[in-house]
Amino acid sequence: MTGDVSALQLVLSGDPGLFAIVRLSLLISLSAVLFAGLIGVPVGAFIALTLFPGREGVIVVLNALMGLPPVVVGLAVFLALSRSGPLGSWGLLFTPQAMVIAQTVLVAPIIAALTRQTIEDLWVEYRDELAAMNIGPAGRVATLVWDARFSLVTALLAGFGRAAAEVGAIIVVGGNIEGFTRTMTTAIALETSKGDLPLAIGLGIVLIFIVILINALAWAARRAGERTAG
Amino acid sequence: MSMHAPSHDLPLMFVEAGILAGEVTILDNISLTLNAGAPTVLIGPNGAGKTTLLRAAMGLIPVTHGRITWGGNETAAPARRAFVFQRPAMLRRSTEGNVHYALAAAGVPHGQRYDRAAELLTLVGLDGFGSRPARRLSGGEQQRVALARALARDPAVLFLDEPTASLDPHATKAIEDIVSNVAARGVKVVMSTHDLGQAKRLAGDLVLLHRGRLIESGPAAQFFADPRTEEASKFIAGELLI
Ligand SMILES: Nc1ncnc2c1ncn2[C@@H]1O[C@H](COP(=O)(O)OP(=O)(O)O)[C@@H](O)[C@H]1O
Ligand SMILES: [Mg+2]
Repeated sequence: MTGDVSALQLVLSGDPGLFAIVRLSLLISLSAVLFAGLIGVPVGAFIALTLFPGREGVIVVLNALMGLPPVVVGLAVFLALSRSGPLGSWGLLFTPQAMVIAQTVLVAPIIAALTRQTIEDLWVEYRDELAAMNIGPAGRVATLVWDARFSLVTALLAGFGRAAAEVGAIIVVGGNIEGFTRTMTTAIALETSKGDLPLAIGLGIVLIFIVILINALAWAARRAGERTAG
Repeated sequence: MSMHAPSHDLPLMFVEAGILAGEVTILDNISLTLNAGAPTVLIGPNGAGKTTLLRAAMGLIPVTHGRITWGGNETAAPARRAFVFQRPAMLRRSTEGNVHYALAAAGVPHGQRYDRAAELLTLVGLDGFGSRPARRLSGGEQQRVALARALARDPAVLFLDEPTASLDPHATKAIEDIVSNVAARGVKVVMSTHDLGQAKRLAGDLVLLHRGRLIESGPAAQFFADPRTEEASKFIAGELLI
């Protein structure tokens, strides 16, 4: 296989085409995680700390949504953004923004579910102490989020890992347009079928490196948490 | 720690107070007055209602019958009350961080927290432990962190729920010394124990609970010398109350 050699060359020589793809991928997935975190952390914390009718059902559904098939999310966002869809007037289909939306929808439930579990476990542990210290609702949320921060970072990284590695959602709404919506995973999927193996393999190498990096960061967050929090 | 201004929380009175959980009576028609002075110790077998009574006295759970008053008021913010739980939860912070948190919660200005935390850690014998993660400390050390946190509130009334239940004799002695010390500074200590020896060592007043009812209460010396009820005699003799 000469493919490997030229793939490595692509990576090591900093091939501009390859790195444009990597940059766009990271930009999309990081944006999606940012938005998903802004939605998922407050929603998760709210569910963890509030009693309301149907709460158990919401938790079951939320946990199930963690396993949403990306291609179905892609389809749903596609329908919403298509010209006849409810958000068709935004004209976002086949743009990077559409890909960010799709990945946000995919990742927000993951972050919300993990946040809910983390905050609720900590709340069970802390509730008596915080009550005895007469901490109000705002202080309670601030304390729980702060003391759970390392676990929450791990949740964000889990979301990022999921976003960076998925292809189903973004290929449906983004379309893999060269120089515009082509990301690592969509390129790998399509270039492989077209026979451009060096590019596919090069991107695969970069993607695996990123996944390893995410896990290393998650591990570091856990270690930092143990060191400061015990 | 300073000497204390007269507390607005005392006397703390239970007036025919009861707590029902569903069909189950957990506390039954309790009338009890807690005054300033030497520690009041609640004794009684497991399930007697000691924890529930302490929680109600702290204001953590409402009574379903009768009432509780703090310095004559039926509602009183627990600004000068503090509670050490039987199994205190350590915040995921350093030992010092735990005390700082309690000081902040008690409204101690930022600039004073550092010195106050150091004082409190010295008081509970945790000098040099400040930067350690509190969750990594031993049971006895965690109990002391919980005491330091409670004292950070500069409490007029300090509730302790079986503070030495899971500690060895050495750690127990250390906690008892701190409690005596705190009581001597004018803090009203209200604590539970099922250790009769501990009750003898620490109590000014004793309260015997059994199955949610108050069996007997009064000065400790009198309680031990001349128990008025059969339950109290049995309890003192070390017989099982069932
Ligand atoms: N929320 C509750 N619901 C029902 N039963 C309870 C509740 N809390 C406590 N109990 C019961 O009330 C009794 C007294 O409990 P507790 O105050 O913890 O006793 P103690 O501290 O003396 O061991 C026990 O039988 C306990 O099981
Ligand atoms: Mg108890």
